[in-house]
Amino acid sequence: MSGKIDEILRESLVVINLGLKGFADNLEQQQVEVVQVDWVPPAGGDQEMIDLLKDLM
Amino acid sequence: MASGFIVRKNRYYDSVFLMGVDRRLSQLPGVRQTAVLMASENNKRFLAEMGIRGAELDAAQADDLIVAVIADRPKLVEQVLGNLLDEALMSLETSTRVSDLRTLEEGLRAAPTANLAVLTIPGEYVDREAQAALESGLNLFIFSSNVPLEAERKLKQFASERKLLVMGPDCGTSILNGVGVGFANVVRRGSIGVIGSSGTGLQEFTCQIHNAGHGISQAIGTGSHDLSDEIGGITTFMALDALESDPPSEVIAIIGKPPGSETLKRLVSRLEASSKPIVACLLGRPADEGATRGNVHWVRTIDAAVQAAIQLPTLQANPLGDLLSAEQLELAKDLRTARTSNQRYLRGLFAGGTFCYQSQLILAEAGLTVYSNAPLEKEFKLTDPNRSQEHTLIDMGDEVFTLGRPHPMIDGTLRRQRVLAEYSDPSVAVLLLDFILGFNAAMDPVGEILEAIIEGKRRRQKLTGQPTVVASICGTEGDAQDLSLQSKLLREAGVCLFNSNAKAAAFCSELLKDA
Repeated sequence: MSGKIDEILRESLVVINLGLKGFADNLEQQQVEVVQVDWVPPAGGDQEMIDLLKDLM
Repeated sequence: MASGFIVRKNRYYDSVFLMGVDRRLSQLPGVRQTAVLMASENNKRFLAEMGIRGAELDAAQADDLIVAVIADRPKLVEQVLGNLLDEALMSLETSTRVSDLRTLEEGLRAAPTANLAVLTIPGEYVDREAQAALESGLNLFIFSSNVPLEAERKLKQFASERKLLVMGPDCGTSILNGVGVGFANVVRRGSIGVIGSSGTGLQEFTCQIHNAGHGISQAIGTGSHDLSDEIGGITTFMALDALESDPPSEVIAIIGKPPGSETLKRLVSRLEASSKPIVACLLGRPADEGATRGNVHWVRTIDAAVQAAIQLPTLQANPLGDLLSAEQLELAKDLRTARTSNQRYLRGLFAGGTFCYQSQLILAEAGLTVYSNAPLEKEFKLTDPNRSQEHTLIDMGDEVFTLGRPHPMIDGTLRRQRVLAEYSDPSVAVLLLDFILGFNAAMDPVGEILEAIIEGKRRRQKLTGQPTVVASICGTEGDAQDLSLQSKLLREAGVCLFNSNAKAAAFCSELLKDA
């Protein structure tokens, strides 16, 4: 196995945390570089609108 | 009695923050029940079951906050939904860290060298975000559950073509290069690598390895559905390849619930062809304890997997009967004779799904018929998960209990209520519990439940026969919750405490002999 998996098993983790802030806090306590994203549902959570946006992209 | 609700538009909060608000409001004198939720479709159904309905609720969207309350007086309902809610929101908002970033794309701009995305967002949005993360070359740890199997399969196939690892959905734990992600414990590094489709199974294994003086090289969670035939073990097979070429991993253990039949066949051939020694504990797989084929040593309990991983290659079979010491067997005998004649049943309330499952296996082996919301066989599924019958074991992490609420490892509210309910049933002889420490878990898991045990005991004083409370703790001295203190609290309350779930379940089967 090579490539991107090796990065997380052999090198330092660099994490983007989408959601619960506690998960980012716990990673920071372990000296991990973390970027916290205070995620919100796209298009106000309107599934029809999300599908529409997906089709447009 | 009065009730009411309020909708705050465009106020999105995560489930742990909402739990904090809910706790503050529900503790106010005169308040009977509260719900503090985002207006997802699932949560709206949950509110309807509570008897909370209205046109404004129907129109609310997933980024709208809903607060519902049932209280003694209409005036109190009004106060809770007004000033008291504002105070709770304000005080929690000032004590929580805030980020300016709202999307994955913004996150990627802030961390262009990122190699892992951790997702704890509601399940219905995982597909879209996970796909975008993979397209940006990120490995994934998906804690979220309720992701359709078809979406999981597509994500994992896409990832495997790009040599990216997808841990999850419904992945509780991983330890990657010494870093605990999700519900992980503080364990020393060492030569044992482990792959698991069960989060609490991985926690139990890694804690026991640490507590026995050994260490973990990597622990890779695959998500609870990875070994189903729909997914075909895509992550498990990739993780096996990765650990085989990971120099520190000298022994590889695999822990999980039984795979789908097709996946099991492929997995067995893959394991038997492994270049490193393998310990396999696929709970519920037909018993062949101690059997070694090729490089694979098969065991039935997590405890036996730990022993095998440590002792390889000179392992002796470790039958279930050896789980308990002579003193423990003697204690079980004494407690058995102290019981009243109408105390006949066991009730187990678990935060860890794997502990519920492993306990059922051990009790079944002792000849006991056990009902559950997550049973070994369909015929023993409880008709109502909120009501126990005869011997009952409950997985409190099941969707019916986590809809609109954090996992019981974070929030003990429902388990506390259920403990009290079981105390009021005079036929209960034994109460079996688990306590799980580590990152992201509740800071005082024992304290949360102990108050219900003490209250239950007090109420039961009028009846004859207190239930015997049996428990196990999964954790290490390195965990922030303080393993020694948590253990001490349980022992002082008269709880029979074990350092593994398998031992606690075996002790229960001894207690119930001739029941």
